[in-house]
Amino acid sequence: MRFLTCLAASALAFAMPATAQTPDPADWPAVLEQARGQTVYWHAWGGDPRINAFIAQVGAELSERHGVTLEHVRLADTADAVTRVVSERAAGRDTGGAVDAIWINGANFASMKDQGLLFGPFAESLPNWPLVDTDANPAILIDFTLPVEGYGSPWAMFQMVFEYDSATVPEPPRSLNALRAWIAENPGRFTYPQPPDFLGTSFLKQALYGVLDDPSVLLQPSETVDYDAVTAPLWAFLDEITPNLWRSGRAYPANEPALGQLLADGEVDIGFSFNPGRASAAIADGELPDTVRTMVFDEGTLANSSYLSIPYNATNQAGALVLANLILDPEIQALAQDPAVLGFQTVLGMDRLAPEDRARFDALELGIATLAPDQMGTGLLEPHPSWMTRVAADWTARYGTAQ
Amino acid sequence: MSLRLDDLRILRDGAPMVSLDLTVAAGEVLTIMGPSGCGKSTLLAAIVGALPPAFTLSGRIWLDGRDVTHLPTHRRQMGLLFQDDILFPHLSVAGNLGFGLSRDTPDRAARIEDALGKAGLGGMGTRDPATLSGGQRARVALMRTLLSAPRALLLDEPFSKLDAALRDQMRAFTFEQAKGLPTILVTHDQDDAKAAQGPILTVTGAPAA
Amino acid sequence: MIRAAPGLVVALMALPVAAGLAGVVLPAFGYFPALGGTAFALAPWRALLDWPGIGASVRLSLVTGLAATILSLAITLLIVAAWQGTRSFRVVTSLLAPLLSLPHAAAAFGLAFLIAPSGWFARAISPWATGWQRPPDLLIVNDPSGLALIAGLVMKEVPFLLLMTLAALGQADSARRMAVARSLGYGRVTGWVKTVLPAVYTQIRLPVFAVLAYSMSVVDVALILGPTRPPTLAVQVLDWMTAPDLSLRFMASAGALLQLLLVLAALGAWLLAERLIAARGRIWAAGGGRGQALDAPLRIASALPMALIGLGVGAGLAGLALWSVAGLWRFPDLLPQSFGWRVWADQSAQLWRLAGTSAGLAAASALIALGLTIGYLQAGASRLLGIIYLPLLVPQIAFLPGLSAFALWLGLDGSWGAVLAVHLVFVLPYVALSLSDPWRAWDARAGLTAASLGAGPWRVLLTVRLPMLLRALFIAFAVGFATSIAQYLPTLLIGAGRVGTVTTEAVALAASGNRRLIGVWAVVQMALPMLVFALALAAPALVARRRSGLKVT
Repeated sequence: MRFLTCLAASALAFAMPATAQTPDPADWPAVLEQARGQTVYWHAWGGDPRINAFIAQVGAELSERHGVTLEHVRLADTADAVTRVVSERAAGRDTGGAVDAIWINGANFASMKDQGLLFGPFAESLPNWPLVDTDANPAILIDFTLPVEGYGSPWAMFQMVFEYDSATVPEPPRSLNALRAWIAENPGRFTYPQPPDFLGTSFLKQALYGVLDDPSVLLQPSETVDYDAVTAPLWAFLDEITPNLWRSGRAYPANEPALGQLLADGEVDIGFSFNPGRASAAIADGELPDTVRTMVFDEGTLANSSYLSIPYNATNQAGALVLANLILDPEIQALAQDPAVLGFQTVLGMDRLAPEDRARFDALELGIATLAPDQMGTGLLEPHPSWMTRVAADWTARYGTAQ
Repeated sequence: MSLRLDDLRILRDGAPMVSLDLTVAAGEVLTIMGPSGCGKSTLLAAIVGALPPAFTLSGRIWLDGRDVTHLPTHRRQMGLLFQDDILFPHLSVAGNLGFGLSRDTPDRAARIEDALGKAGLGGMGTRDPATLSGGQRARVALMRTLLSAPRALLLDEPFSKLDAALRDQMRAFTFEQAKGLPTILVTHDQDDAKAAQGPILTVTGAPAA
Repeated sequence: MIRAAPGLVVALMALPVAAGLAGVVLPAFGYFPALGGTAFALAPWRALLDWPGIGASVRLSLVTGLAATILSLAITLLIVAAWQGTRSFRVVTSLLAPLLSLPHAAAAFGLAFLIAPSGWFARAISPWATGWQRPPDLLIVNDPSGLALIAGLVMKEVPFLLLMTLAALGQADSARRMAVARSLGYGRVTGWVKTVLPAVYTQIRLPVFAVLAYSMSVVDVALILGPTRPPTLAVQVLDWMTAPDLSLRFMASAGALLQLLLVLAALGAWLLAERLIAARGRIWAAGGGRGQALDAPLRIASALPMALIGLGVGAGLAGLALWSVAGLWRFPDLLPQSFGWRVWADQSAQLWRLAGTSAGLAAASALIALGLTIGYLQAGASRLLGIIYLPLLVPQIAFLPGLSAFALWLGLDGSWGAVLAVHLVFVLPYVALSLSDPWRAWDARAGLTAASLGAGPWRVLLTVRLPMLLRALFIAFAVGFATSIAQYLPTLLIGAGRVGTVTTEAVALAASGNRRLIGVWAVVQMALPMLVFALALAAPALVARRRSGLKVT
């Protein structure tokens, strides 16, 4: 093993490019200068063609405006990129890493920030940062109860919405309790992605909010409360609905698009998504019938933000900074909010924009199935990341392995 | 020109199989006869330099005063004909003849046309060998061998696949064209042996019945 | 150069496997200094055995792997026994190449689209026969007992075993053995099983072992068709290997090693069963039963799975192609309400780029493998060494993670060259398998004749042997090309996300359940190797248009 380590060390010595100097976002012209000609590898989930097309558009802008090439590394799971950085550090590769930028939040962000794997703080020094509306949306400074502290640049906000076909479900259930009853009356027509998938675990957290009298415990680390007592009503709820789930709970869709496909095929009647504009975009693309509508629970639905973070050992940090800033550009943000493109909710404050930029947002149509901002109800805070990990693990033990 | 087998012995797994000590003079045809499996073809393989590893060889092979015992096949200048014509299917008739002809021969095209003429195939150089008759193919194979300017000729039952009428023709054509070369003919056909008009031996050098 | 080829081939096969296994064995026993494991311990095994799904995962891997292998072998042998020498048999064998060139993942997608409750089959009989206005709530794809997975594997392994059996038939003197058996009054199937099978089976034994090892440890097909609660052991090990929590690596390594042990145990059990069946079979063969009445029913019994496989692949692929251009397509419509090229247009830039990478990798690895194989065979290694099967017998999931750790240490991961090298490990065996039989079947007297005409070894090789084997060379190239295109796990783990191919893209999209997108990528994934196969079959025919004697296969 020692011989291997020596071998590896000498090989690394040759493989390493000369250590690039760390860019300073406060000196923006220098960052732009350093970034020109770089190729930024943005590791981002690649399962949705709309998102992939959007990232390609961002890449075209990035190259045109700043001479930086963007490569979208399409991940099946964001954890893959985290693993990558962790393995690199384990192998002693503290510069020249393969990952330049990650689309990240939740447990992955917490894990990287905790382990000191992120470059920064940088977000609040970006030239476009003053346009971000932290007064109206203070939640974007806190990701899953963890202060972001500039280690990630927020670029879109999400809130869980339920999608249903109004032609087959004229009166959708508008609370967890109503859903519980609806599932009993409509066996086989509801399911959720298999945890530890992000959306699937999010449904479990949404359910926790619905079954708890005092959901504020969720904002504390799960180790600091009586976990078993807190989660007992969740398991009771799941035990009750599971026999009446799609495939009687013997199989689950893999993730958000798989759930969306089940809705499109009519295998389930109610789906859900973190993107309030997804249903409208899918209708526009002919993937869902135009009778599909969205709704939120009366008790509110989970809300969170997406961040762009830069690993501490990224090869092209300057290029990644330029990318982070470009995504906060009003033109790109308006593109992302366009339901025909993504339908993501912008993080910018309208009152902070120049009139011509504000006009870009005013011109956007909401889309046939998208709720107006005042219909979105309460955005529930994401629980502490420890809940996600632990609930997903327990779910796997209870429902994920029983044959 | 002469081919000398100097105390040539071939053993299979230690057991003696072939032993010959003789000289074939230019223009002479030595016929080796015997039942299948007696080692006739093995003898030819040894002379041409392609003895399978299961066999061991002792003694020497001399061709025109040159010791060729350890030369690779392509340096021995020994022409070899099998009962199948082994024309290369990916080459035309002329291409097959050209394959035998040395690269730096002057006036290659004329030599090839001349050989075609001798084989009674004038003007058929561009043909696909697969479209020729059995007799035609056998003649092309012989002419190809002769164009490579061999110093000896080894024939491994070369007529056995031809029908009776063709066989006589081909024998006469072969011995006519090969005139002047030391030749070894391996066969189990009495008529072949008679037509060769030379000594007839077994693989151990005894006169064949 | 040629003299170095056998050594090079052996090194290329053995070194990556050995290095990869070392990279798994040490962490499995707690030793992985970079992650803080500095002392040997059994903790990873305890963690593995404490994982609640371990029993089910192991059972799934064993049952699906063994069932897929037994079924594939039985169907293959039955087809050959019942149909060898007939015109239908020749038609079927001519379809083998395209079936074989089809990547496992694409075939699996096609099957999934076909048999899902909202799939084509259910649509075809709904609502008129079933009354289903909406897809029935039936668990077909991803079923807990792995039936869909077994079906997907059988669909791909039967063509492979069939091809291997065809190659073996020539050497088993099958035609004359059958003639003798038939003249003694034996039925076609019984006669074949009693006289030809013993000779053929020894020849196809290693391919059968490769099928068993592959079926037990496959990742991509299991991701698409296999159970999910829990998945098969290989899929679960991959999950752990790629989890953000690095401490899971120890358990993952133990799991990978367990996978290897499972395969070894299954191979051992197979060997034992072989002996028992052979002993019992000898008694049966000498027993004199003619089995004439069995022929008709067995013919039908073997035609049915063959037809199902053909239908499954054909309709599955047609379904994929249709989804890729479908607009709104609701259940139970048999055809989409509208068509469009939108998804193709959206994907076109990415398609061209990844298809280019895939084709480049495939062409380069197939060419290098062809060169090495020619060198290896030319150097006189007339029989393939068993080592060539090593990468096919050791489960990918057992040694690739370790190998990728090595690549990372060496700073080679994520480079095109490293991915090419790891593709070569899997491409070479298939190219060698494909070329060695025609190479051996070549009439050595042609070489001797050429040498006696004064041609040296190189000239004999280049101007006689290779041109005469042109068709076989093209097919071996196409086999190598198709093998490279289909590589998922090696590309994923060694490519580190920087080297993407149509296959990594297609499997990454599998989880998305987006049929239009999967359709586009699966169509490209199958089109690439099929195109090359078509060219491989057409090119020698063009070159040798005027040479009818050149029909070496």
